[in-house]
Amino acid sequence: MLTIVIVLLAIIAAIFGVLLGYSAIRFKVEGDPIVDKIDALLPQTQCGQCTYPGCRPYAEAIANGEADINQCPPGGETTIIALADLLGVEVKPLNAEHGEAKEIKTVVVIDEQTCIGCTLCIQACPVDAILGAAKHMHTVIASECTGCNLCIPPCPVDCIHIVPIAQNMNNWKWPEPDGGHAAPKAG
Amino acid sequence: MDSSTQLHHFHGGLHLEGHKKISSQSAITPCKPQKLYVVPVQQHIGAAGEIIVEKGQHVLKGQMLATTKILLSAPVHSPVSGTVVDIGKHAVPHPSGMEADCIIIENDFQDEWVARKPVAENYHQMNSHDLRNIVRNAGIVGLGGAVFPAAIKQTETNIHTLILNGVECEPYITCDDRLMQERAREIISGADIIGHIIKARECIIAIEDNKPEAIAAMQVAIDEDDTGFFQIKVIPTKYPSGSERQLIKIITGKEVPINSLPADIDVLCHNVGTAYAIHQAVFKDEPLISRIVTITGNGVKQPQNMEVPIGSYIADCIAQCGGYSDNASCMIVGGPMMGYSIHSDQVPVVKASNCLLVTSNDEIYPANTEAHLPCIRCAKCVEVCPAKLLPQQIYWYASTQNFERVTEYHLFDCIECGCCSYVCPSQIPLVQYYRSAKSKIWEMEADQKKSNNARKRHEARQHRLDEQKREREERLRQKREMLNSKKGKTEENEIDVKKAAIAEALARVKQKKETQAIQPKNTDNLNAEQQRQIEEADQRRKAMKREHDE
Repeated sequence: MLTIVIVLLAIIAAIFGVLLGYSAIRFKVEGDPIVDKIDALLPQTQCGQCTYPGCRPYAEAIANGEADINQCPPGGETTIIALADLLGVEVKPLNAEHGEAKEIKTVVVIDEQTCIGCTLCIQACPVDAILGAAKHMHTVIASECTGCNLCIPPCPVDCIHIVPIAQNMNNWKWPEPDGGHAAPKAG
Repeated sequence: MDSSTQLHHFHGGLHLEGHKKISSQSAITPCKPQKLYVVPVQQHIGAAGEIIVEKGQHVLKGQMLATTKILLSAPVHSPVSGTVVDIGKHAVPHPSGMEADCIIIENDFQDEWVARKPVAENYHQMNSHDLRNIVRNAGIVGLGGAVFPAAIKQTETNIHTLILNGVECEPYITCDDRLMQERAREIISGADIIGHIIKARECIIAIEDNKPEAIAAMQVAIDEDDTGFFQIKVIPTKYPSGSERQLIKIITGKEVPINSLPADIDVLCHNVGTAYAIHQAVFKDEPLISRIVTITGNGVKQPQNMEVPIGSYIADCIAQCGGYSDNASCMIVGGPMMGYSIHSDQVPVVKASNCLLVTSNDEIYPANTEAHLPCIRCAKCVEVCPAKLLPQQIYWYASTQNFERVTEYHLFDCIECGCCSYVCPSQIPLVQYYRSAKSKIWEMEADQKKSNNARKRHEARQHRLDEQKREREERLRQKREMLNSKKGKTEENEIDVKKAAIAEALARVKQKKETQAIQPKNTDNLNAEQQRQIEEADQRRKAMKREHDE
């Protein structure tokens, strides 16, 4: 009788073992989903102002509890609120140590007359938005530039300038009417 | 003529005072030629075209100025013959008051057309694709106000019902009314062409019952056509019956579902003005270079409908209407419900300009510039909303920037008809809140798209750098290995060489020994004495060796 019970239990244990082993392979979670979720909320400027080398490392740091949610100046208040929402923590003001939130979106342009073609900015650009080759003129692909300004310090001839993104009829926004904040507060 | 009993109703709407008599009494007058014409490159929903003329170039009337390969786009053409004097930024009628790329043409007053080859009646033998290309190349867009490229709508074929929209429900505007009265035959012909392209089984012409002359004129034109394809439906006057989805509801009783197009329920809607433009393109090979514009309001001396070449200055049009009256206050492009005000009349008439409304100080639509009163949640806006939305909820969330909730409340189904703002007792400019929220959401979507793109590019770069690093390491490793293996080989070789040398030396010695292994002489026939001496010597040698070893 005892032997039967032991054998039965052993068989059941084996079945569950196989099942668990199979699930571990079949339903393997690639990476850390919370990191992906945080990363999706970050502005992807890869500017490093948060002190981490890019948005993903910052997301990982937040997920590990090493970094706070208020270290991203390009994301500003919107990102902080979104992160607070996702992580269920209190919204806090942007940490001024990391810089100020940008009011106007900007890109950089290279003064092509001054550029000496040193390629230092190309190496600095986190999103490959600068085009050029050694001893040839460089230029910024404006539509790909995230406005991180990482290319500015390496430039030996200071030929990279920050310009605001031009307003045109396609990105123009209807202004909010006056008295917008006289609206009823929820509650 | 069908009676309105078979018609359906849409939710909400308003009965507005028409103010149509101001401009509907006189015939369409042609606009006098002007010296300068400003043709904006983008006059439609979609992408801007590519300019194909140069500064200083002589162009003919109807010549294409900007072309496009993108589907959601439309070309623009020269309204007159003359010279391109400038290509650059110029103020255009837009709520932002911004400047846009324009082609400025100086009229040579020769009125010289480009070579035209109208297909005329032959269109019956043409396939949908070729006809659609004619419509597309003529730069025809929806002239009801949405300026959606007309040819794209016509890509759907085998649509059952074509609805020709002659409703013109917005107050003041009478351009479609006059067009139907004066050019009914051309409209019917244009509708027949559209019907041919989309292979429609029936065409319903919808006209509001406040336009009896237009209804009569269209009926005459239909009576000439005995195919039974056309049918007029007179619908009761109610704003916004002329909005595509509301009109479809009235005519067919069906609602176009969320995120769907009319074509999904087998219906296609075109404005009468668009049908007229298509007739002109097919029968005269004339691109869309002019349109009927209602110039009206108590702020203008002689309100009327005018056929205006696209690109004419609004100021010139007003001047031809006798100029502004003394109490003119505000210039609105479009109607009083959906239009927007502009602050300068030094902008051109574009394909979208169906109406120029100059209000006077005593008219009923004052610009609401002051801060409004709070929402009292009376729900009047809910009663009038033709899209069955909850305007007060959308306003609530839009004003507190809660864009997620705004979208949940179907902000994007709002047709911006302005009924809610009109009835609001607190005079809240609701539509402006919606437009503001919409453009903010679009911006956020664009930002999201851009940041996704940036992430992809960053990851690609990271991957490339890692790959390069890996390759470099791999190369170094290989190099090191190669060096090592070379070194290893030489060591082995050296050992081999040494071994070989030793072996050789041994062999040599052996051989030498063998060759030198000459039997010692005089060892034979030794006597006992000699034998003893040898043994003694051997003993000594052995002893010495032993001594030496010790």
